Amino acid sequence: MTIVTRRRLIGGVAATGVLLSAPAVLGQSRPKVVVIGGGAGGATAARYIAKDSKGAIDVTLVEPTRRYYTCFFSNLYMGGFRDFESTGHSYGKLASDYGVNVVHDWAIGVDRDQKSVSLAGGAELSYDRLVLSPGIDFVDGSVAGWSLESQTKMPHAYKGGTQAQLLKAQLDGMPEGGTVVVVAPPNPYRCPPGPYERISMMAHLMKQQNPTAKILVFDPKEKFSKMALFQEAWANHYDGMIEWVGGDFGAVEEVRPDAMEVVVDGEIIKADVCNVIPAMKAGVIAEKAAVTNAKGWCDIVPATLQSRADPNIHVLGDATNNGDMPKSGYSANSQAKACAMAVRAELTGSKAFPPKFSNTCWSLVATDDGVKVGASYEATEEKIAKVDGFISQTGENADLRKQTYEESLGWYAGITSDMFG
Amino acid sequence: MTAKQRTATALIIVLAGLCGAIWAGAPLSAAEIGDPVRGEILYRKCQSCHMVGPDARNRVGPHLNEVFGRAAAELEDYNYSKAMRRAGADGLVWTVEKLDLYIENPKSLVTGTRMAFRGLRDAEERRDLMAYLRTFSGSPRDIPESEPTASPRDPEVDAAILAIQGDPDYGAYLSSECTTCHQASGDDRGIPSIVGWPSGDFVTAMHAYKGKARPHPVMQMIAGRLSNEEIASLAAYFQELQVE
Repeated sequence: MTIVTRRRLIGGVAATGVLLSAPAVLGQSRPKVVVIGGGAGGATAARYIAKDSKGAIDVTLVEPTRRYYTCFFSNLYMGGFRDFESTGHSYGKLASDYGVNVVHDWAIGVDRDQKSVSLAGGAELSYDRLVLSPGIDFVDGSVAGWSLESQTKMPHAYKGGTQAQLLKAQLDGMPEGGTVVVVAPPNPYRCPPGPYERISMMAHLMKQQNPTAKILVFDPKEKFSKMALFQEAWANHYDGMIEWVGGDFGAVEEVRPDAMEVVVDGEIIKADVCNVIPAMKAGVIAEKAAVTNAKGWCDIVPATLQSRADPNIHVLGDATNNGDMPKSGYSANSQAKACAMAVRAELTGSKAFPPKFSNTCWSLVATDDGVKVGASYEATEEKIAKVDGFISQTGENADLRKQTYEESLGWYAGITSDMFG
Repeated sequence: MTAKQRTATALIIVLAGLCGAIWAGAPLSAAEIGDPVRGEILYRKCQSCHMVGPDARNRVGPHLNEVFGRAAAELEDYNYSKAMRRAGADGLVWTVEKLDLYIENPKSLVTGTRMAFRGLRDAEERRDLMAYLRTFSGSPRDIPESEPTASPRDPEVDAAILAIQGDPDYGAYLSSECTTCHQASGDDRGIPSIVGWPSGDFVTAMHAYKGKARPHPVMQMIAGRLSNEEIASLAAYFQELQVE
């Protein structure tokens, strides 16, 4: 009797040509998937592909940082509700428990013809399928006077990690009665309620340690996510501390990082802390792979998250132009599971079910005062389309708000264990 | 409760711990244990899984009528975890001090229990909760006319829907939508555990969300678009899943 291992069995089935939909597996031991980006999209995709293929697919995750700090919940750190380390996660379990090959390096190029990824350290990784989950980068010149070199003086803090620490340190060190200026981003951008949750958290912090401080918000948009809920919270909890200027009046002409000045409508405003959140585009590796559209985002096939430009590449999360789903960690995690299923189906012939997408964004507006917005989505030919949704209401009682906040803590524990194992 | 009474109660608890065998024959009344009125409020933490009172039946957890003096895993029509059955076979009986230990940290007393409850650290809260439960255990009953609990009943689900045999493999796929929030490990911080639920309770709860009888908007949305077969498959999958 011959003992047939699972791996050999899969190879054998492929070699007989039963899996006609998976020519990539012919003549090689295991199909290879490279995932670029270890956030909510990439880590989830790597984990699910490895876990559900039970070793039949070789999964490599490329992520420069050894310890990943989530962008979601960084605002709670800024408000003093969490310590920084509580937003940090390691990739250890992905490697040890799921067999993902985790490579800590920068992906600097994608050769689509050769199907290979080049890393800053010099290595080349070949793939049968590439999953790009690169998050966001900033559009050069979208805020006049600001560039990446300015980020130490005027942090964006819109990626987790040191930028969040820097902004928090600046807020903590601000002179009594000082002014914080927040330059809000134009649509579309990562985490629609993010800037406004951050403003709430800044106000909460100031109320404790610097109650005469002011927060000035300049916003190119007329309206924003959960606007009524945030404005209610600002009036109830931080009366007189926050001034939001939106629409045409909120357009910033220029920032001057060296002088810590912001120019709006011809007026020069002196800032003690200035948080500039510029316009965004897909993470730069997507550009290098030439899978971005004219606006800098990646068009995708809704059901499988395959790039419209290249069926061997799947794109997840913030980098996508997907239709109705917002750019959030929850969305990226949800898309990653549909993508993992599609990748496995293509490479190993496993069954693919119709994907279900969903999203919820919780925001903390004050102590024990949480709000949320969410929706379910389905894949149509044209886009990921919204099916049904809900939003917290103004005037909700304190018990419900506390419950919503506690639920967000549960979600954080849930999604991070879904990402990192 | 005055500080003096509290000290006295604490003393009784300590004595009870020392002479469990003695008072097992003469159980403490509710008022001697703690404050049943406060306990009723604390019981809200338990009522999504446990029923107590005149109409109580087994749900996710066993009913808690007559729990004092009951041997672990004694109810015949409840599907206990292996660990709990072993504890019962080893002679674990729910006395005040054993229940106190269990509620403080379920897994420290019965490692491998399916009860995904983190535990109640505050000793006074545990006593109040036990005082409330004590009012549903037999003589001597100091509060004979106890009210049924306020635990809301989910609408009955059609027998044909309950009878659908779900496919756990399909449920495993569908469960990835659940595990964004509900942890597969059974951890229940902020969001309840759904691991190891009896499938009938799972199906009933999901249909209660689908029909908007249960209020939670995220769950209404998620359940709203699941078919009867999909709900049955999820129920089959989560019933089999074990708490880590």
